[in-house]
Amino acid sequence: MSTRSRCSAAALTFGILANAAFAESPNLGRVAAPEELAAWDISIGPDGTGLPPGKGTPQRGETVYVAKCLACHGEKGAGKPNDALAGGRGTLVGDQVPVKTVGSFWPYATTLFDYVRRAMPLNRSKSLRDDEVYAVVAYLLRLNGVIEENETIDAATLPKVRMPNADGFVPFARGK
Amino acid sequence: MKQTRHPPIDEDRGAAGGLLDRRIFLTGTLAAGALSSSAGAEPLGVQSWMSVPGAPFTAYGQPSRFEDKVVRVWANPPNAPGTGAARTPLHRLNGMITPNGLHFERSHSGIPDIDPDAHRLLIHGLVKRPLVFTMEALSRYPMESRIAFIECGGNGGQLYQKDPAPLDLQGLHGLVSCAEWTGIKLSTLLDEAGLEPTAKWILAEGADAAGMSRSVPLAKAMDDALVALYQNGERVRPSNGYPMRLLLPGYEGNMQVKWLRRIKATAGPTMTKDETSKYTVLLPDGKSLQFVFPIEAKSVIAHPSPGLTLQGPGLYEISGLAWSGYGKIAGVEVSADGGKTWAPAALQQPVLATALTRFRIPWRWDGAPAVLQSRARDDSGYVQPTRAELIARRGSKTIYHFNGITSWSVAESGEVKHVYA
Repeated sequence: MSTRSRCSAAALTFGILANAAFAESPNLGRVAAPEELAAWDISIGPDGTGLPPGKGTPQRGETVYVAKCLACHGEKGAGKPNDALAGGRGTLVGDQVPVKTVGSFWPYATTLFDYVRRAMPLNRSKSLRDDEVYAVVAYLLRLNGVIEENETIDAATLPKVRMPNADGFVPFARGK
Repeated sequence: MKQTRHPPIDEDRGAAGGLLDRRIFLTGTLAAGALSSSAGAEPLGVQSWMSVPGAPFTAYGQPSRFEDKVVRVWANPPNAPGTGAARTPLHRLNGMITPNGLHFERSHSGIPDIDPDAHRLLIHGLVKRPLVFTMEALSRYPMESRIAFIECGGNGGQLYQKDPAPLDLQGLHGLVSCAEWTGIKLSTLLDEAGLEPTAKWILAEGADAAGMSRSVPLAKAMDDALVALYQNGERVRPSNGYPMRLLLPGYEGNMQVKWLRRIKATAGPTMTKDETSKYTVLLPDGKSLQFVFPIEAKSVIAHPSPGLTLQGPGLYEISGLAWSGYGKIAGVEVSADGGKTWAPAALQQPVLATALTRFRIPWRWDGAPAVLQSRARDDSGYVQPTRAELIARRGSKTIYHFNGITSWSVAESGEVKHVYA
């Protein structure tokens, strides 16, 4: 506070008051250390930015799924009591009720890693290790026929996965 | 400026079906109806509360115990009691401001119990200096208020369905509320961090267990976004983001991230779950509209509405709410004959951009069946579409951003129901 007061006094003395917007902002934030950022920055961009080391296969993912996900999302992602995670391909067009799943609707595979890691399982989010997240992502992609049984999902392969509905989105313009 | 689609107003008639000139209550030109006879009425009594001392003070006031029906209602998916939405009882409120205890809430993994002293806001990404703010630091920043509605992107979603849902106003449109939000301009904090020229979006993330996250165009973040600490004068309620939430006036509620813990400046959208698999508008051709941000002009009649049965023919005030994410409400028209004729309603002041606006119009109900509708227009010239017009453009495969006209039928019995008309 006293430093700021002296600065203000100096500014008045020399008549320099214009363009002081930055100087007059409170500036009460503390600069974050890189290791702090690493712990908090859990979002994954569609180009794979932010994906951590680790890897997983559909086979390993099935074990994680049965233990941590099946109770809510059903056998092989069929849904019930909560959202279905597989199937629904071909239901987006026409009058039929759309079944929006990872395979039928989600445009980016990176979103799956981001969301599972931050929000699932519901009763204990952020509890899966990165290898478990990669594995369960691989399993869900396999259930939807997006990857093969023998493929490995990691920071290099996940952003390259092309989702079936990747071209299904158009930016909104007013009047639509 | 004035639209001409409604017939001219004669001395006491705004439109067919008994809608009167909106000024009639003010000018006093309304002929007094037959006054009720006092014969057979209960005499004026001296009640107990008139003669004995009332209750002592309380630390935090509560509504009258007789108002116990004025509450939120909610529904949850299985296994997830804190997930879902609780709806504002719009049909039991008046004015433009929603009391804090009745503001709608939408949560994706319950309401976190955040200790403000342990909460931090991180601003990082494409900035020169990543910054961490404590609540104490933020409380020293200059603040501004915005009176703004927040509406869930899924509010009114049932009206896309083929048959009219047998619900009341709360059940159909209760995911909209309006409050005075006070906080720090987000642009102030982003300027302090020093945005890189490549920054075009931000990612906003909550401290809840779902880590709710949405991408917001940087232009909006720098325009009128607030890091809101106060809601109607008191600290933001836990269900609305305590100790802080993002306020993006006019944008769908899901983007106005509650329990805000992190802002990351990015080159493009992060493509989070809630901006891809949810909150996108699926069209009949299988394509989905993405980044549908502002709420288009919309209005609903609150009085009367389902559950508020009319007590016989006579004079009533029709009133309701109108709002637009693109600006101010410029006008609201009301129909009592299912949209054949319209009369302009009075707009209650203040009329503010991206706030709920209360409209009112007198109506003399003759006791015959009627269909009540309201139609809003905003200052961008946009007119609220009929349900049929909206569905002709969008189909009915989506649940998001329904802003078509809502219809209430009034039966001879006075009962009010949701119908399609």
